[in-house]
Amino acid sequence: MLHLDELEAQSIYILREAYSQIDPLAMLWSLGKDSNVMVWLAKKAFCGHVPFPVVHVDTGKKFQEMYEFRDRYAAEWDLQLITGDCPPVEEVDASLPPAARSAARKTLGLKALLEEHGFKGVIAGIRRDEQATRAKERVFSPRDESGTWDFRDQPPEFWDQYKTDFPPGAHIRIHPLLHWTEIDIWRYIERENIPIVPLYFARDGKRYRSLGDQDITSPIESQAVTLEEIIEELATTTTSERAGRAMDHEREDAFERLRASGYM
Amino acid sequence: MSPRLPLGSEREALKIVIVGHVDHGKSTLIGRLLYETGSLPPGKVEELKAVSARRRMAIEWSFVLDAFQAERDQAVTIDTTQIWFKTAARDYVIIDAPGHREFLKNMVSGAAAADAAVLVVDAAEGVREQTRRHGYLLHLLGVRQVAVAVSKMDLVDYGEARFAEVSREITHYLGEIGVVPTFIVPISGRDGDNVAVNKATTGKDDATMAWYDGPCLLEALERFGSVTRPVDQPLRLPVQDVYKFDQRRIVAGRIESGILRVGDRLLFSPSNRTARVKSIEVWSSDAECLEARAGQSVAITLDEQVFVERGEMASHEELPPMLSTVFRATLFWLAQEPLEVDRTYKLKLGTREARVRVQSIERVIDTDTLAGNPADRVERNGVGEVVLRCREILALDEYRDLARSGRFALVEDYDTVAGGVISMEGYPDQRHAFGVKSENLTSVEHRVTAPHRTERNGHCGGVLWFTGLSGSGKSTLAMAVEQRLFNKGYHVYVLDGDNVRGGLNANLGFSPEDRAENIRRVGEVAGLFADSGVICISAFISPYRADRVRARAAAKGGFHEIFIKAGLEACERRDPKGLYRKARAGEIADFTGISAPYEPPSKAELVVDTEAADIEESVRQVVDYVERKFARHCNPGRA
Ligand SMILES: Nc1nc2c(ncn2[C@@H]2O[C@H](COP(=O)(O)OP(=O)(O)OP(=O)(O)O)[C@@H](O)[C@H]2O)c(=O)[nH]1
Ligand SMILES: [Mg+2]
Repeated sequence: MLHLDELEAQSIYILREAYSQIDPLAMLWSLGKDSNVMVWLAKKAFCGHVPFPVVHVDTGKKFQEMYEFRDRYAAEWDLQLITGDCPPVEEVDASLPPAARSAARKTLGLKALLEEHGFKGVIAGIRRDEQATRAKERVFSPRDESGTWDFRDQPPEFWDQYKTDFPPGAHIRIHPLLHWTEIDIWRYIERENIPIVPLYFARDGKRYRSLGDQDITSPIESQAVTLEEIIEELATTTTSERAGRAMDHEREDAFERLRASGYM
Repeated sequence: MSPRLPLGSEREALKIVIVGHVDHGKSTLIGRLLYETGSLPPGKVEELKAVSARRRMAIEWSFVLDAFQAERDQAVTIDTTQIWFKTAARDYVIIDAPGHREFLKNMVSGAAAADAAVLVVDAAEGVREQTRRHGYLLHLLGVRQVAVAVSKMDLVDYGEARFAEVSREITHYLGEIGVVPTFIVPISGRDGDNVAVNKATTGKDDATMAWYDGPCLLEALERFGSVTRPVDQPLRLPVQDVYKFDQRRIVAGRIESGILRVGDRLLFSPSNRTARVKSIEVWSSDAECLEARAGQSVAITLDEQVFVERGEMASHEELPPMLSTVFRATLFWLAQEPLEVDRTYKLKLGTREARVRVQSIERVIDTDTLAGNPADRVERNGVGEVVLRCREILALDEYRDLARSGRFALVEDYDTVAGGVISMEGYPDQRHAFGVKSENLTSVEHRVTAPHRTERNGHCGGVLWFTGLSGSGKSTLAMAVEQRLFNKGYHVYVLDGDNVRGGLNANLGFSPEDRAENIRRVGEVAGLFADSGVICISAFISPYRADRVRARAAAKGGFHEIFIKAGLEACERRDPKGLYRKARAGEIADFTGISAPYEPPSKAELVVDTEAADIEESVRQVVDYVERKFARHCNPGRA
């Protein structure tokens, strides 16, 4: 089996497990490249339909291109779009470093949305190769009532038997892209012709490799204006994808703390 | 070699897990391997130095993997992680596994996903408890390719003799479980010796391990074989879900083995329904898809609206899975509370879920010595061989034939507590028993009814079904009871093994399937005798509960299960036909009590303990029972 087909088949399996076992269920749609791949995979898994809502937790600080993209494809792909706001930064744990604190707003926004809609499962497009604590994640990753990730005691997960039983009040994060790498994502976007926000392509010698909030994400030097060029660039770089995400670099444990308290 | 060559889009990714005892240098080795192959991002080495220095350490390569603060502070891997690197030949997913026994569930989570493994053994410490347990679990999890890295060679002065000693020790252990390591490589993860280059053989100036002329670890990885999907095995498609989003009714699932084609007739087990594949639906593609293979997630439509649901197993009709309500399993136990006989758990077998009860624990395997010991529980992190029983019929395969449909997980409350692999050794496929072969039969009514016969005979008909170990006294007792009842005026006849096997069942052997068929026929014949008004005594070991349940059904009410009880020891001492001696000597295979199971009845109508009572007393107990139950006014329908 070809590598991309293998990744695709596994993700479809995971999405179908989630849909069959967890109700109500929602998918996080951050509008980034990974979450577009995820929506695409859902359409494949469910024969052209996305049978659960997609949720955009809006920090209000995204790029204009992203909002345009959202409104266009929500209609074109026939998605049940739910958007939710985030509280002001003053309400976030002040002991976090500034960029992490800003990012943590999203966690609070997500929590509020989960409570409002009572979702038992949320599908999120994180990958192991993005960040070392994400590398230790499970495909079905439980969160307790307060949304906390107990990373010291994760459930066993083997032979595609996922954790689908959990106590009332808890919820589960489902990670159908966990086993993909950044370059896999791009190759798949190229192969399947999946639409993405234009910010990923170079303009004036710079492009975004990862899209977060405007104020805490910076572009990289790049001349890549086509998908092939992006793939070429990635095949030869050793710089990490999240190098442009300020929150990852503030303190050794910053990301771990964010994630433990419910960040994606 | 440049690891960052631009790559063609179709590259193979091999998953390799690094396992071994706690602190033997697994994470360090991986960190160093990534460094040596230039796979670490710029600035990573400086970052590692900084976080190491903060903990008053020289550079700790393990921190590349050990990302949690708790892991770094305690210098131990808690959870498994995956990291990517590539060579000119292929891509690798390296899975780091924790060695501490406390985190065995995390080791299993990592190792179960792997195609190959590196077992790391500290040169100074040698083979330790988790080295063996991990080796054993790799084998159980089906990871067949294993290389060994003898680590921390710097601590033993790069000594060849010590390396040979550790090599012997680990080779011996792995040999016992049927694993032959592909290579055994002496390394120092800390300093990078033999990690990505063998300096001695590449002619570079390095005196440390000049005596070693084998491959470096990276090369050992490169020499692992590729993985192949089980495409040429029988088709297994566990039904994951059934969708009706639009006018199509879609059956969804992933093909675990074999090939599925449009037009194939599928058999769904255990419901035994069949239908043809009308189409394989692919979203966003106009091209018609006519075939799908192992590993693919598919959505199919069928030519008929048969009722199928999640949990059914689709196969071709010719090579279906087995059906059974009982199976044998070797499992690893992960929960705090031990596994115990009679406890029930939720079985997850593919997409099927059902409750199972632990019928027996055959033995617990000590992974240090590989000895199998009798036990009444399987403790946390232990490995046991058990028999699991289910009220429902399960469609399953033997692990050794079809790995992906022959393995399962057990769940208790909210937690996955075990993983196991299935063996049907000693248990028959019950498919023929559950399947009705011909549907065009209508039974003809007798004009002579049961009450007429009872009136004429002076007693009602029925079956006295003797069950018990070989040597428990079934035949002796049956013949004595027959004579006594005959003398008292009863119409009575004994069906015994030898008189049936000579004729009616002459075409049957002693395989589990044939044994089951033997008992099925006896059950049917006994039922006919009973129907004719006769008291039919059958004297067969009939070790399986399922077979006896079927015989009971065949007798339509007049069935009396009589447990001729005697312990294995007593029977073996009696050994009237010398069979136990032969079985012990290995001359008879599948011998009940020795190499095949005996499932004692849980609700026999009568228990005759032939160790406690002599033959005369035993005969009296049965005859008394008959006189109570078979008198003229009896209701044959209620024993
Ligand atoms: N001298 C020497 N020390 C080493 C070598 N490799 C690892 N160590 C040290 O051994 C200790 C354990 O190394 P790790 O790589 O964390 O061991 P591990 O096998 O990953 O441990 P767990 O994951 O907790 O089971 C650390 O202090 C390392 O610095 C080596 O080649 N030589
Ligand atoms: Mg480690």
